[in-house]
Amino acid sequence: MRWYWIDRFQEFESGRRARAVKNVSLSEDHLHDHFPGRPVMPASLIVEGCAQAGGILVGEHLAFQGNMILAKVPKATFHFEAVPGDTLTYDLTLEHLSRDGALVSATCRVGDRLLAELELFFANVMEGDRARRLFTPRELLGMMRLLGVYNVGRAADGTRLLPPKLPLDE
Amino acid sequence: MPSTEEIYDKIQTALVDALGVDEDEVTPDAKLQEDLGAESIDFLDIVFRLEKSFGIKIPRGELFPESLLTDAAFVQNGKLTPDGVAELRKRMPFADLDEFAENPTVQDFPNLFTVNMICKYVESKVNVES
Repeated sequence: MRWYWIDRFQEFESGRRARAVKNVSLSEDHLHDHFPGRPVMPASLIVEGCAQAGGILVGEHLAFQGNMILAKVPKATFHFEAVPGDTLTYDLTLEHLSRDGALVSATCRVGDRLLAELELFFANVMEGDRARRLFTPRELLGMMRLLGVYNVGRAADGTRLLPPKLPLDE
Repeated sequence: MPSTEEIYDKIQTALVDALGVDEDEVTPDAKLQEDLGAESIDFLDIVFRLEKSFGIKIPRGELFPESLLTDAAFVQNGKLTPDGVAELRKRMPFADLDEFAENPTVQDFPNLFTVNMICKYVESKVNVES
């Protein structure tokens, strides 16, 4: 199973904000168990989608350095359920960033309706003996290309966002 | 320069948001771990919210100098040594250490982290930076 819980970025401003969409489809296996005869997108996977989009927003701004992982969800409020046929629009804002971590706020909307409000806290686990890289810069770059970040992305100065040139051994 | 009351209100908001507690639980004497249920990752979250809310920089280990406990020069047999206590006084001039210093066990160290301690720390930072 591919673990992508966003389909595409629609907007991406380096170090500031991003918008990504997720189309909920009845073909997704998990919807047949959640729940039989009454498919509902699990709220936890909406959190995961926002975390993936937020993680990319953070990772890109750190120039692919560091190893930010989702460490905590301080807030997750859901107002209704997402069902097949819905297009979920995730809006992410990078609220605060340091070498130790990042705080991202997010909303999920279906059309004009506010489905969820979230806060996501990422911690940098790059340092220390037990640190382990979850994915390489090259993998992150591949994910960003796949999700269309470079089709819509803007750098901090407003110019078009370009992929970094990574050494082949990374 | 913000008033003491304004500082307290912002800290209360930061703790409510970071720890998911009710406003009335955040009293000046409340201990972050024992009373408000803070876990290790929460301390970084709290630092972030304070930095954003007050527009200050909080260097790693300045507000919550837990790394001192892993320094063998400052800890022996589960207690801070006199050198360790002296170091703690140097690093945490904003904390009330007198009671802790009488029996400075590592186990009781987290009890120093109270709402009031954060208030004093932030006051010292905004005074310096304003």
